[in-house]
Amino acid sequence: MEPLGEAALQHHQHDPQRPPESPAGSGSAGLPTGAPASPPTGPPTGPPTCLPADTDAPRRLDLSAVRERLAAQQGPAYWRSLDELAQTEQFQELVQREFPSLLPVGMEADFSRRRFLQLMGASFALAGLAACARQPLEKIVPYVKQPEEIIPGKPLYFATAVPAGGYAMGVLVESHLGRPTKVEGNPDHPASLGSTDLFAQASVLTLYDPDRSKTPTSLGEIRSWTTFLAELAGALTAQKGLQGAGLRLLTTTITSPTLAAQIRELLARYPKARWHQYEPAGRHGARVGARMAFGDWTDARYDFTRARVVVALDADFMCEGPAAVRYARDFMSTRRARVAGAAMSRLYCVESTPTSSGTVADHRLALAPAQLDGFVLALAAQLGVAGAAAPPDLPPPLSAKAAVIARDLAAHRGASVVVAGEHAPPELHALAHAMNAALGNLGATVLLTDAVEAQPEDQLDSLQRLVAEMAGGKIDLLVVLGGNPVYDAPVDLDFTTAMQKVPLRVHLGLHQNETSDYCHWHLPETHALESWSDARAFDGTVTIVQPLIEPLYDGRSAHGVLACLLERPDATDYDLVREHWRAQPRATADFESFWRKAVHDGVLAGTALLPRAAAVQSAGIAQAVARLSDSAALGAGLALIFRPDPTVHDGRHANNGWLQECPKPLTKLTWDNAALLSPATAQRLGVANEDLVELRSGERRLAVAVWVLPGQADGAITLHLGYGRTRAGRVGNGCGFNAYALRTAGAPWIAAGIAVTPLGRRYPLACTQEHHSMEGRELVRVGTLAQYQSNPDFARDADRAQENLSLYPGFKYEGHAWGLAIDLTACIGCNACVVACQAENNIPIVGKEQVHKGREMHWIRIDRYFEGGLDEASALHQPVMCMHCEQAPCEPVCPVAATSHSAEGLNDMTYNRCVGTRYCSNNCPYKVRRFNFLEYNDRRSETLKMQRNPDVTVRMRGLMEKCTYCVQRINVARINAKTQGRPIQDGEIVTACQQACPTQAIVFGDINDTQSEVTRWKATPLNYGLLTELGTRPRTTYLAKLRNPNPELEGG
Amino acid sequence: MAQIFHRSTNAISRFTIYGAVFVLAAVAWVFAQLSRSSYATGRTVILQQPVPFSHDHHTAGLGIDCRYCHTSVEESSFAGIPPTATCMNCHKQIWSDSPMLEPVRQSLRANLPIRWTRVHDLPAFVYFNHSIHVAKGIGCETCHGRVDKMPLMQQASSLQMEWCVDCHRHPERYVRPRSQIFTMGWQPPRAQEELGRELVQEYQIQSLTYCSTCHR
Repeated sequence: MEPLGEAALQHHQHDPQRPPESPAGSGSAGLPTGAPASPPTGPPTGPPTCLPADTDAPRRLDLSAVRERLAAQQGPAYWRSLDELAQTEQFQELVQREFPSLLPVGMEADFSRRRFLQLMGASFALAGLAACARQPLEKIVPYVKQPEEIIPGKPLYFATAVPAGGYAMGVLVESHLGRPTKVEGNPDHPASLGSTDLFAQASVLTLYDPDRSKTPTSLGEIRSWTTFLAELAGALTAQKGLQGAGLRLLTTTITSPTLAAQIRELLARYPKARWHQYEPAGRHGARVGARMAFGDWTDARYDFTRARVVVALDADFMCEGPAAVRYARDFMSTRRARVAGAAMSRLYCVESTPTSSGTVADHRLALAPAQLDGFVLALAAQLGVAGAAAPPDLPPPLSAKAAVIARDLAAHRGASVVVAGEHAPPELHALAHAMNAALGNLGATVLLTDAVEAQPEDQLDSLQRLVAEMAGGKIDLLVVLGGNPVYDAPVDLDFTTAMQKVPLRVHLGLHQNETSDYCHWHLPETHALESWSDARAFDGTVTIVQPLIEPLYDGRSAHGVLACLLERPDATDYDLVREHWRAQPRATADFESFWRKAVHDGVLAGTALLPRAAAVQSAGIAQAVARLSDSAALGAGLALIFRPDPTVHDGRHANNGWLQECPKPLTKLTWDNAALLSPATAQRLGVANEDLVELRSGERRLAVAVWVLPGQADGAITLHLGYGRTRAGRVGNGCGFNAYALRTAGAPWIAAGIAVTPLGRRYPLACTQEHHSMEGRELVRVGTLAQYQSNPDFARDADRAQENLSLYPGFKYEGHAWGLAIDLTACIGCNACVVACQAENNIPIVGKEQVHKGREMHWIRIDRYFEGGLDEASALHQPVMCMHCEQAPCEPVCPVAATSHSAEGLNDMTYNRCVGTRYCSNNCPYKVRRFNFLEYNDRRSETLKMQRNPDVTVRMRGLMEKCTYCVQRINVARINAKTQGRPIQDGEIVTACQQACPTQAIVFGDINDTQSEVTRWKATPLNYGLLTELGTRPRTTYLAKLRNPNPELEGG
Repeated sequence: MAQIFHRSTNAISRFTIYGAVFVLAAVAWVFAQLSRSSYATGRTVILQQPVPFSHDHHTAGLGIDCRYCHTSVEESSFAGIPPTATCMNCHKQIWSDSPMLEPVRQSLRANLPIRWTRVHDLPAFVYFNHSIHVAKGIGCETCHGRVDKMPLMQQASSLQMEWCVDCHRHPERYVRPRSQIFTMGWQPPRAQEELGRELVQEYQIQSLTYCSTCHR
């Protein structure tokens, strides 16, 4: 029934790169002197109208029935969603339909039979004519002078770094004829070790974002840099007389040595000028907490490879912060228990909102913030931290658990880590340091160094000082380098109003955003892949950032703008960075070779900060204990927890379609945030999924949609930052709810005393959770280490005699036989593989409306299952992509042989043959095939064309697609090996998902090679396939998940 | 009742029924011929180029090796189109004021590339790799024909899938010693099939015909 021809599509045609947009954000919105278009506080902002409001009466989940059903179940129970558990009508309907994506296929409109036949006839005729077309003539354009190292057809890789919250993530960027197309990790870089997170993977899309700002603008009018420099010169002349008393610089967190040196030079020239830093989702707690504990600015970094017991206090240490990728790798290296006899570390997570790290914990405690503080105090008291005492009202079971955990920690002195979350309050950090000191971990698993940041400061305090000065009319010139304070500054500071008192405001940014609307000048910034710079990693290691491409637009970097302020507007970034390093004592006499090596390697050897000794200051700890005791006593009442979003972070990635459409690790929501509630809290408030509620914190109100998330602590509402943007661009405008509207400087991460009022309206959320349901088969297998040691075969299929069910003769694989294995123990559900696959394989985004219909195109979906009871659920992740079955059900049903079997066991998908019958998808038991219902790939935006991988076909409407095991990489490796006359080495072919995976949970290789890594993985007793009872013989298999629970805590 | 149709109409109806088979066969034949015609494939069609470059003159006449210009043919999927600078290596000395070469000089002066019209143009869903074919003993001539006899470049083969697959199924019919890859007009010293079978053994040529060999 699909496609229905061009005319039918007209009604539904939308541009996939520009999903549902609200009409906000015209160029002239909010002139600097005018009043803000919509005040940041005040009446609740109505929900963005992404989809027509659903007028159906809200369906209600009967949670008590769910609870009873779970309690009645024997043995471990895994479930995907609340709807599944409750067996709601909607879920039943979904299962019955099997393909939710198929039903309303452009049929919403009135559609008569006559009209249908007309359109079908027309499309047949057009199809026939289209086949007669000849290929259009193409031009072939060589160089005038070909650069020496470029070989057309072969990519080059350059080491550089992409910034994340100011810190460097070392990467190697693939470049095709000067176009950066894909980001990989740099194996030599300490924060990467060859892996990346999803943000680094998606950075290449931001580079090519058609919504990036292109020229300087003044009050919405296009201007030249020369005009800007003239205006700036006037302002600077005035400042010279005042020694810069009216000059203020506001930046995000800065680690770049060159930039810091430039700023210091500016401050030396204008002694009364000030530099403020503000990062909305930065490491405020860690920074201030360490100062509280050690008396001065100190950074702690952790060596998880040596930790046997880890306690995470509200810490998603494997997915958040500048070292997350490294920590995930290090931590998982201690959990490779698939090798018989190997030991396994143990992780306890105490957290208020479910995180990726929490899903891999051996024991997870979901506690509301006040209770969490009490628990931490109890734990600290058990560990002998001076002054700490368990609050009297701590429930006895929690005290008992704290005692058990403390015993386990004490048994691993010097080999344990207590880590507090990036966004935990400073007091929690201070106490974590005290506990590490008490455990003898300082200097062993916890290394203390000087601060990595160029100028560590209490950023909230710094911003408050700036706002006070601006409001007092003392500032004449404000230069905002990056960031978006109008959107993300604490709402109680009223940054916007204060800022409007500054006579000249300049904003530098990649995009025109909320802040640039309130500035006299907006300057386009160069992307990290377009400019020279430098940056430090979490351990201080310096990377020289080198450009992969000439700036696409008329932009300058922060270095360039500072050079303007220093009246050297003609200095290039290259000169500035080189000048800085030439003056460093580290640069050897032969600067050129020093420089070339640094740029080539992507790391400056020996720049990691050396660990130093530091003693815990008892005064600071006493202060932390006192404050925690106070907050633990707050007790009842709803708390609102702010967290950076797992995909769009603090909002800076809001216009990145890959990240918007990436399902969040736990909620599986796309394109929106929501107020996350525990089932019990939702029941108490009488709200269900997609209900709009009003959150009230003092005078501030915000309407938010509800999402019920098992595993959330009772009494805590989590709202992710980064949504509700009005000036993000065509992708990010109008998605979700602006959590910053409730976030104050006094309570940046946790706001207590929240009132919730249901509004009686609904807001549709696009969730990928229930699509492609696999209906209760034994898909995820989980065991404990003890179980594995006593019965290694626990995960094996009970009946393995069903391998040859097929009537078709088997294939013989005489050469290579490609296979893939995924270690579920290691998977943390971080989504790096999903975005890496999207970048590598030219996978389009489809927009919220299409995701709502189940038409997302990701080749990898990470299934999330819940385990255990409704109120103490923990989650599991399982990446599922094409299984490349040896007896693939999709192959025999294709009428045009578009999907066929290769001699090496790949299930090939030949796009040019596909006619879109979708029979293959019907017959796929794993539901991993994706169909291009509409023309999802944006073929009009010139910059987006530059991102695409030239080795992979860009698919058009009407085609089926799915994971290919990165066949383009297999072919490159095969051709390389053959031209060199040698066999393909194990590990030579690395799939995109495997390469990105921070925990090395994925391995790919030749299963005919008995020595290959993948064969070794598959030989362990933990190896099992999905739905093998169907006789599909999948090539992708899983290693059952192992946990290492503490026997003392079992059963409670 | 009298018969409506005369007995002779039987013959007419037989003729039309059996004749239809021939008509259908003829239509099919015409279609098959059309789709293989040079109109459809672009074979032997000479395309307008900014400079009338003669492969005949430069290779047969001057003896320049293919790889002098097509530098990446042995290491990359793409054989490479020479940059303007390669042309000017010689042409700043000889024919340095020929009006025919003005576009080349103009390109160098203005630092703007020459925009050639692509002669061998595979569809975008086909991923051909020169380096592996050269490494496995497929000569330039096998696909590109007698380039040394082409004053203006033209496509010598159909480049249709049946043409590709023919060689992938029977490499022994086309393979030649590696030393003769760049030779034009090479004749096998003995029976091609016999020599080919030996070379297939020696070069370990696999007959890869599954889809992802070329489509991905």
